[in-house]
Amino acid sequence: MSRIDVLNGNKAAAWGAALSRPDVIAAYPITPQTPLVEYLTQFVADKELDCVMSEVESEHSAMSVLTGASLAGSRTFTATSSQGLALMYEPYFRAATLRLPVVMAIVNREMISPQTVWGGPQDSLTLRDAGWIQIYCEDNQEILDMIIQAYKIGEDPRVLLPVNICYDGFYLSHLSERVEIPPAKLVDNFLPPYQPKHIKLDPQKPMAVDPLTTGDLLMDYRQKHLRAQQNALEVLKEVTIAFQQQFGRDYFGAVEEYRLEDAEIVLVSLGSMTGAIRDAVDLKREQGVKVGLLKIRLLRPFPLLDVQKALGNKKIVGVIDRNVSFGHNSGILYQEIRGALFGLAKPPNVKPFIGGLGGEDLRVDDFGKVIDQLKDNIDGMPVPYWILRKKR
Amino acid sequence: MEKEKDYLVPVGEGIYKVNTGDWRTHQPRLDAEKCIACGICFLYCPVFSIFKVNKQFKIDLSYCKGCGICAYECPHQAIAMIEEGADNEQN
Repeated sequence: MSRIDVLNGNKAAAWGAALSRPDVIAAYPITPQTPLVEYLTQFVADKELDCVMSEVESEHSAMSVLTGASLAGSRTFTATSSQGLALMYEPYFRAATLRLPVVMAIVNREMISPQTVWGGPQDSLTLRDAGWIQIYCEDNQEILDMIIQAYKIGEDPRVLLPVNICYDGFYLSHLSERVEIPPAKLVDNFLPPYQPKHIKLDPQKPMAVDPLTTGDLLMDYRQKHLRAQQNALEVLKEVTIAFQQQFGRDYFGAVEEYRLEDAEIVLVSLGSMTGAIRDAVDLKREQGVKVGLLKIRLLRPFPLLDVQKALGNKKIVGVIDRNVSFGHNSGILYQEIRGALFGLAKPPNVKPFIGGLGGEDLRVDDFGKVIDQLKDNIDGMPVPYWILRKKR
Repeated sequence: MEKEKDYLVPVGEGIYKVNTGDWRTHQPRLDAEKCIACGICFLYCPVFSIFKVNKQFKIDLSYCKGCGICAYECPHQAIAMIEEGADNEQN
């Protein structure tokens, strides 16, 4: 029997990590770190979780410790946010290119300047091309469930890649919801211990790690890495089904469609804003507007075919970004969606929306206005359209 | 660079075969008559290409990059640096 509790996103993530039985956790405990690491430390102190807890002096060291631990065959977990992720950039890339299935929660927080601690996925979206798998969550139950699934996906021999479980700072990390905590036995059954075959450090058998490698061989490793990313699309589908069968909760794979069948206007979302968009879609449907929602769960690997299938025959698509792509006059998700739909026979008219930066609220009525704009005056809309609540 | 085994990641033993002697422009030549077997060249060689065989020192050119440190440090000028291809004599 699952235990039902009221948990904030960080506590849900801590439960997801603890149930996955990591061997080593290494994390920097101070801002921009969230209480997630504090919860895990408490689990270890209370002997509820049997693992090595390494409190390191920086995020760079956290990922470096986990690189070594994962090379030695451990299941590993860490978490970070914003500037911490930025400091981790070098070992972040290396964990992916060494094909180490580390799982890291990224509590999405806005990047400075100016000084900010509030939510927004600018931090992890900026690092979307560093070789990791990136999954974005809508609610606290999804955080817990996806951390368990992240190990299953990342450790699959067809994949062998590190996985980020990303969720919006404060909107999920610090707000509480009803969460089901599955029994440990069920998770153990779903997630057997990690047994790497591609790498394993062994003092009895000295070996080289990362020798200087020329371009022709480096391209060979990159080709394998790209293939592994593509394999992850299929593996995620399998894991979604297996999880649904054993735990009873369906996450629909790489994207989730909401009221899309006959929709003419579609909003595309990422992360915690999705709930408000669902409500806005329901309200507009009551007024007879044919509107739907596509929630992107998996950003890397990018589910190209799923997006084409969901949006290819629609008229109008509005992409809501809680981030910016400097130099492109839009958000990052907008470009991903626009790129996926380019070249289709009759691609939809795709428009960029930006809002909610620095943790600003994105409310149901904001999305109502977005839908009105797309429906009534798509040609007259500013590009990008900024969702602003206060007049400056 | 040649791959010895098909690895998924650059971690393992005997991953690549790299002949670092390939890019040498000068090679050391040891004059056995001048050599007093003091071992200074052996100590200074940065790529461990000098070996002691039967109380005498020998230079293995496989990984020698021709840096010339052995010739510079030899107190008896027993090692000369010869341009690659200057003659066909073997060391």
